[in-house]
Amino acid sequence: MTTSPTHDYQLSQLDVLEAESIFVMREVVAEFERPVLLFSGGKDSIVMLRLAEKAFYPARIPFAVMHVDTGHNFDEVLAFRDQRVAELKVQLIVASVQEAIDAGQVVEPPDGTRNRIQTPVLLDALDKHRFTAIFGGARRDEDKARAKERMYSFRDEFGQWDPKNQRPELWSLYNGRIHAGESIRVFPLSNWTELDIWHYIKREEIELPSIYYAHERDVFERDGMLFAVHEHKQPRPQETVFTEIVRYRTVGDASLTAAVRSQADTVDLVIDEVASTRVTERGATRGDDKFSEAAMEDRKREGYF
Amino acid sequence: MDILRFATAGSVDDGKSTLIGRLLYDTKTVFQDQIDAVERASKDRGDEHVNLALLTDGLRAEREQGITIDVAYRYFATPNRKFIIADTPGHIQYTRNMVTGASTADLALILVDARKGLVEQSRRHAFLATLLQVPHLVLVVNKMDLVDYSQEVYESIRDEFTQFAAKLRVPDLTVMPVSALAGDNVVSRSDNMPWYDGPSLLHHLENVHVASDRNLIDVRFPVQYVIRPQSDDWHDYRGYAGQVMGGVLKKGDEVMVLPSGFTSRILAVETADGEVDEAFPPMSVTVRLEDEIDVSRGDMICRPHNQPAVAQDIDAMICWMDESSPMRLGGKYAIKHTTRSARTIVKQLQYRLDVNSLHRDEEATALSLNEIGRVRLRTTVPLMADDYTRNRNTGGFVLVDEATNRTVAAGMITTVS
Repeated sequence: MTTSPTHDYQLSQLDVLEAESIFVMREVVAEFERPVLLFSGGKDSIVMLRLAEKAFYPARIPFAVMHVDTGHNFDEVLAFRDQRVAELKVQLIVASVQEAIDAGQVVEPPDGTRNRIQTPVLLDALDKHRFTAIFGGARRDEDKARAKERMYSFRDEFGQWDPKNQRPELWSLYNGRIHAGESIRVFPLSNWTELDIWHYIKREEIELPSIYYAHERDVFERDGMLFAVHEHKQPRPQETVFTEIVRYRTVGDASLTAAVRSQADTVDLVIDEVASTRVTERGATRGDDKFSEAAMEDRKREGYF
Repeated sequence: MDILRFATAGSVDDGKSTLIGRLLYDTKTVFQDQIDAVERASKDRGDEHVNLALLTDGLRAEREQGITIDVAYRYFATPNRKFIIADTPGHIQYTRNMVTGASTADLALILVDARKGLVEQSRRHAFLATLLQVPHLVLVVNKMDLVDYSQEVYESIRDEFTQFAAKLRVPDLTVMPVSALAGDNVVSRSDNMPWYDGPSLLHHLENVHVASDRNLIDVRFPVQYVIRPQSDDWHDYRGYAGQVMGGVLKKGDEVMVLPSGFTSRILAVETADGEVDEAFPPMSVTVRLEDEIDVSRGDMICRPHNQPAVAQDIDAMICWMDESSPMRLGGKYAIKHTTRSARTIVKQLQYRLDVNSLHRDEEATALSLNEIGRVRLRTTVPLMADDYTRNRNTGGFVLVDEATNRTVAAGMITTVS
């Protein structure tokens, strides 16, 4: 072709990120027999579903979604999860931590938080369904250990990540070759930031569970974080419960995920808030990352995603 | 707002972490809880000062040893641009990681310590950046505060580097004096160096023009996946999904599909949001053709009068990346190139290149970890390939060890025959 460009052929950053994520999703579906997408009902996995919808349009999303359900959910999020999979007509697989506890496969930790025991339940479910590629909505800007991880993250037969032994990743050539029992965790949102996610939610008019927007809730303070009073998160006697206008920056297990004080009840206000905040989303809201300096790395080594 | 991807390089104590820390800090990308965590960790370790490197060294082993082990990707944004930094380690495993980081970079930052001047590593990194065809190079002469902001020191380093760069193919070179520690010329221009009339580093990063670095001339569309909905609404739909790796695709264009050589016209270029007027790199789109011809993953859509080479004999520069086994003459590997996978055999090792002296050793019979050489490969099926200098996407490939599944080499095609 000899036509010289008549304009700059510029793409916005959201378009570039979207194009890259779609490319990765198509690679996985083209090369792996049994991919699955981890879907929690949180904003990142909701964005992942939108990208999957776009990547294969007008065909349906060609893989199932899986929720590792700790049993400690926000009702709004579960309702949203079920509504979304019904709309998209995708198969939902629920891997239940409660069932694993009841069956004696894992033991409930004394503090009642179930984040760490999610990992064996996840690994069991992947094994049972023989999934070889597992999409996750994790982003590199979330955590120092995540910043080190590849788009295709090789996991051995135990689901373990070895940060010292990662496959080099060049251009857009992803090495998905594995032996039986091994798997690849795939992170199409690696290069997105929290702010990119929110700009995309706005642009695509993506619906989210209501708890992402400011609302009134009964809360109490613990370790500098605001926790909602919940069936699985009760205040201790010395902790006072009060009503506050809050929203959630991340949505996870209700026993671990804290809310932030916020008046942001629209997507535009949330974007303003995220753009000016001085605290990371995990720092503000995740009890599980405060266990140690390398909490995320340690969990990932065990098979967490 | 667009995206600039840049890779950082430099030797161990040249202040790379401090520079990145400074960029992140001054653009308000570092959050209070991250600063708190670093302060806490510095104190626990008994460090005298807050150790900014802890902001970027995220792994246990890295923090224990005080070195960077692997490439990390970091993000910051200004109102004009989003930046993706491939933070590559300066340590022993430099080559492999530098190649990884530079493969997608629009720009490479090479840091030198003003007190030490150019060292082997600076030349090596400049060479690697040009081998990987990073379009823009910035030599950052750091620690200017430690040489009294001397114009003479800066100019002698600049001149020496410019001379060296003349031997390489450097499309765009910028040199600037900074102090990452004191913040001179990083985000804003410094009063300490009135003799320097160039931009600050951030200003340069924000304004360097990268859109024109893409190849918009040669249409290259590797077919990634065939979309065939098995539904009543879309019964006869057949779309070829992929990412545009070169040129501009439009409805009505005459196209050729390789390797079959069938020609057709573009019926539509689509995304889930509807038809688009034209598609260009790096858009992910779906192309539909007027004729029902056989097209599958690994095929390449191009223009009849502008085709890539279709070849089974490939000459390439390769960088060996595997520590457990060297590349051997006659060795067989899996090769991944665009969306095509095949097998390949190393027919010849023309020479091994000494990255420091650029000397060619023609007696070499193997390449070990981090070594670079020119090889001739024979592939089981034809690849649709361009010279790497013309298109990084259709000129780059990786080799994978079929027994271990490890990615063992990165390749840049020099000639296809």
